[in-house]
Amino acid sequence: MTPTAPLLLIEGLTRYFGALSALNGVSLNIAPRDRRALIGPNGAGKTTLFNLITGHLAPSAGRILFDGDVITGLPVHAVARRGMSRSFQRTNLFPKLRVLENLRLAAAADGRGSYDVFGRIERYPAPLDRARAVAEMVGLVERLTEVVGSLSYGEQRQLEVGVALATSPKLLLLDEPTAGMSPEETQRMTRMLEGLPREVTLLIIEHDMDVVSSLADRVTVLHYGEVLAEGTFDEVKQDPRVFEVYLGGAG
Amino acid sequence: MIARLLGIAALVAGVAAFPAVAGAYPVKLLQEILIWGIFAMSLDLLMGYAGMVSFGHSAFFGIGAYVAAFALKQTPHLLSALVLPALVTAVAALIIGFCSIRTSGVYFIMLTLAFSQMFFAYAFQAAWLGAEDGVFGVPRPRLLGLDLANPTAFHLYLVALAGLAVLVLWRIVGSPFGHVLRGIHENEGRMEAVGYAVQRYKLVAFVTAGTVGGMAGALYTQLNLTISPDAFYWTTSGEALLMVIIGGTGTLWGSLLGAAAFILLQSLVSSYTERWMLILGLTFILFVLFAPGGMVGALRGRVGRRA
Repeated sequence: MTPTAPLLLIEGLTRYFGALSALNGVSLNIAPRDRRALIGPNGAGKTTLFNLITGHLAPSAGRILFDGDVITGLPVHAVARRGMSRSFQRTNLFPKLRVLENLRLAAAADGRGSYDVFGRIERYPAPLDRARAVAEMVGLVERLTEVVGSLSYGEQRQLEVGVALATSPKLLLLDEPTAGMSPEETQRMTRMLEGLPREVTLLIIEHDMDVVSSLADRVTVLHYGEVLAEGTFDEVKQDPRVFEVYLGGAG
Repeated sequence: MIARLLGIAALVAGVAAFPAVAGAYPVKLLQEILIWGIFAMSLDLLMGYAGMVSFGHSAFFGIGAYVAAFALKQTPHLLSALVLPALVTAVAALIIGFCSIRTSGVYFIMLTLAFSQMFFAYAFQAAWLGAEDGVFGVPRPRLLGLDLANPTAFHLYLVALAGLAVLVLWRIVGSPFGHVLRGIHENEGRMEAVGYAVQRYKLVAFVTAGTVGGMAGALYTQLNLTISPDAFYWTTSGEALLMVIIGGTGTLWGSLLGAAAFILLQSLVSSYTERWMLILGLTFILFVLFAPGGMVGALRGRVGRRA
């Protein structure tokens, strides 16, 4: 059996901040439909890895292939256009705009009609339909006409994922989607992520081990900028090194 | 909706018929309001919608005004009055925009200011531009056999163009492109992250605003039949900025109101005292403190602008 071509292939990715290496020769292979969790103690380089993948940072060495093409060095918007989307650890929305418009802007980002200077929004029903469909997925269908600022924190986190999802990405990168959430909100978010279509490949940074265990097919452990272990959640959990540096340390 | 349309129609008719009932001075004031209104609206597109606060919008006003002045002296034709000024300002806006849109906030303000002051310094010294005196004796164009030297024809021409500017800008801010600008204003980083080539949209906005601003300058020349380097001076940008803020940023028609308020206040107060700038400054401070949404915000009965 031939292995499927990876959707995201990372080879020897390294990033220095001055003399400090935040990421050191990280390689990663994520197949289509994979649901991968990225865990590791604070400062392990998880968000740096995301920033390198999405073009927010340039790598010091190494390369990234997405869907078979090298994307290293592409600007942020060009990477996104290829079918990759991310949510942010700190909520990063359009605060004065309505929920529907937040989602519609993201759904319209494929560029069709976005340079139309005279037409009406209604002339392009596809992004509006996509926005409504995503609102359904992230549980905000009743809040479409609310301004972001008037949503609860949990709802803003849902929208944060929704905006990333609205671009119809092949690969969805989620940076701690449950950060700061209450246990109930975390549960709701986990169910929501579990319910996402399988075609959306998932790479998720998460600290909550319940979320990781119920969501991820495989887990990659990052420690001091290097891949420490990789495997199923149970495999990783039983790895003594992981226990020592991460699970043990976290209590 | 119908009431609104009727209201707009009545307003346009009133503005168009104004010379029939008013003397030369009020008519001139109204015409200045129309031209400055166009200029302020073009700045509002940039500032209120795309979130790019420019302090160099006078560059486009001046370029449009000078190009119209020279072209009209060659041939008093529609091409000279509007088309050529628009084209030249568009090219200038493309170049200035290309150099400045990568910056934001105070750096963008300083860079645009520097560009406009460069134009001022050049126009002030260049003999072929008439140096500090500027250009005199500009004829008004002929348009489809209509001689705009006729005051009534010229007035209607201004009203029609101001109406066209309102319509075009109104369509732009309501379009998908206009919504992208609002998104950029709200959160540029996220717009990039979802896949918008933000710099390109900003450049299109900058060129559009600059071109419309240049048309306002061209009309200003046709109103006064003369133009001086003051058109380029930073106060031209500053006054437009005040009009936008007094009227209400991000509302378009607020800019028209702001232009009207500014020009009426200026003419009213300056007939009593030479310190009209002082009164104007106080008015501005009061607006910023107590009606940050400008006149439109105050009329809507809320503080701040509608989301």
